Amino acid sequence: MIELLRDLVTDYTLRNVALGSALLGVVSGVLGSFAVLRRQGLLGDTLSHAALPGVCLAFLLTGSKAPLVLLVGAALTGWIGTLILLLIVRETRLGEDAALGIVLSTFFGFGIVLLTLISKRNDADQAGLDRYLFGQAAALVERDVLTFAALGGAALALVALLFKEFKLLTFDPDFAGSLGFNVDRLSAGLTTLIVVAVVIGLQTVGVVLMAALLIGPAVAARQWTNRLGVMIAIAALVGAASGVIGATLSFTQEGLPTGPTIVLTLTVFVALSLAFAPARGLAWEWARRRRQRGTLAAPALAVEPKGGRP
Amino acid sequence: MIAPPTSSTPPIPPVAHPTPSPQRAVPPVAAVGTPAVSIRDLTVAYRDKPVLWDVELEIPAGSLTAIIGPNGAGKSTLIKAALGLVPVAAGTIEFFGKAYDRQRRIVGYVPQRSSVDWEFPTDALDVVTMGTYGKLGWLKRPGRAERDLAARCLEQVGMAAFARRQISQLSGGQQQRVFLARALAQDAELYFMDEPFAGVDATTERAIVELLRELRARGKTVVCVHHDLESAPDYFDRLVLLNVRVIADGSFPETFTPENLARTYGGRMHLLAQRFDGAGAPS
Repeated sequence: MIELLRDLVTDYTLRNVALGSALLGVVSGVLGSFAVLRRQGLLGDTLSHAALPGVCLAFLLTGSKAPLVLLVGAALTGWIGTLILLLIVRETRLGEDAALGIVLSTFFGFGIVLLTLISKRNDADQAGLDRYLFGQAAALVERDVLTFAALGGAALALVALLFKEFKLLTFDPDFAGSLGFNVDRLSAGLTTLIVVAVVIGLQTVGVVLMAALLIGPAVAARQWTNRLGVMIAIAALVGAASGVIGATLSFTQEGLPTGPTIVLTLTVFVALSLAFAPARGLAWEWARRRRQRGTLAAPALAVEPKGGRP
Repeated sequence: MIAPPTSSTPPIPPVAHPTPSPQRAVPPVAAVGTPAVSIRDLTVAYRDKPVLWDVELEIPAGSLTAIIGPNGAGKSTLIKAALGLVPVAAGTIEFFGKAYDRQRRIVGYVPQRSSVDWEFPTDALDVVTMGTYGKLGWLKRPGRAERDLAARCLEQVGMAAFARRQISQLSGGQQQRVFLARALAQDAELYFMDEPFAGVDATTERAIVELLRELRARGKTVVCVHHDLESAPDYFDRLVLLNVRVIADGSFPETFTPENLARTYGGRMHLLAQRFDGAGAPS
């Protein structure tokens, strides 16, 4: 354990893995809070699945595996997926859930086809794209971490700058519109920032499980506080902790895939929060209900003999 | 109880407010006689179905106006169109003689209580502070002055004790009063309210009536979507009967007639007739 902690600081690879995953956790925790409060958790899921064909297309077109090239591709198809989603909702009578399902499965299916195609080309260079499915933190290098830091830092700075606007948009978009804030643009801005979080998560967690990293920290954090600012801070913390613990576990244990390990770590945090958070935790809820049953039962018993049978 | 809707409808009760605030007697906005709201040829459609058709309205400054009509009559849509929240197919809307873009700061809005998720992690004071965001504009954060103003507005609706209460723990009526306080924090000249009386307790209903009268005493204009025909003549000065088109618009003696109500409510008029005829009779 001590050794592991020392490695976290000194081991070059492990340090990159931990830093990258922590950055991802913070960014997705912060942006996921807004997504969850706007009831758009599944938007993140659709976005991340829609990013897969972008990764493949970027590789096919450029032949490069440089993360920045692939991530630009991912962001582009992620964005196109979102636009198609909005179009379907606006122009057809389909509900948002159906639209999400259509976009998610179509784009992901297309991505898998491309991935299979690429792996069939006997190209020495093709190996490794499949790590975008489930993530591979061990592959993170310093360049990736710097990219994450730049992208994530910019996203976080924008959230800090527009905190008041994003809060109003999330709580009461109609009121925001009546005050003169451009709700469509704000909303598009927030979605773009979620795309940034997804893009950061692709290498580490992969497209399949990225949504969990947006939703989980927010759900856990909501349990502990009734203030938006505090919720976001806790979500960032939970995201970072899950990222670091999960990535380190998968890095040190042979054969543990990174994305799933991070998500399972996060699940533990979520489960503990749902069960034991003060005021909102299920455990306290049960205890309260049991107590109430007790107080209700007692007077009823006391009254009964008085009723007296004739 | 409701009086028969003839021209003998009792006059609007006089304004009885103990402290008519002197600080703002007359809105500094309009030239004398300019209506607070002026809507011309407004048509709003959802897909190919008209929700509002050729709406013409003039609402005088300093009045309390109720908009009444059946479900799906376009009452909320009328307010949202006026505030630029839904796209307009045709028509013009002016507030005090100018387009909304130039008048936002003097227009307040109380959306339907059910339009937001009250599980949102925040407290009453913070929600009321949102009323100041419009004047703050982009990027500027609310500070001490804004929070003090919000606290005063909460006090005005009798909610000072609940400032730090998580909003999901407030009753429906208390939540409604928080929304009213938020509109007060906008410090507007003209207020649009969407069903503020819907599903509130008696205390809140009294508080809202008090507030409406105080706003009128201060020269403000209020346009309110309302659902209750019985209380409307007591609470408001003017009535707009709406069912996709404007059926009637004016003072209660002019507008509150069985014919107008029949035209507004169409086939469901027999229900209303029962209420008018059988005042007091068991149903």
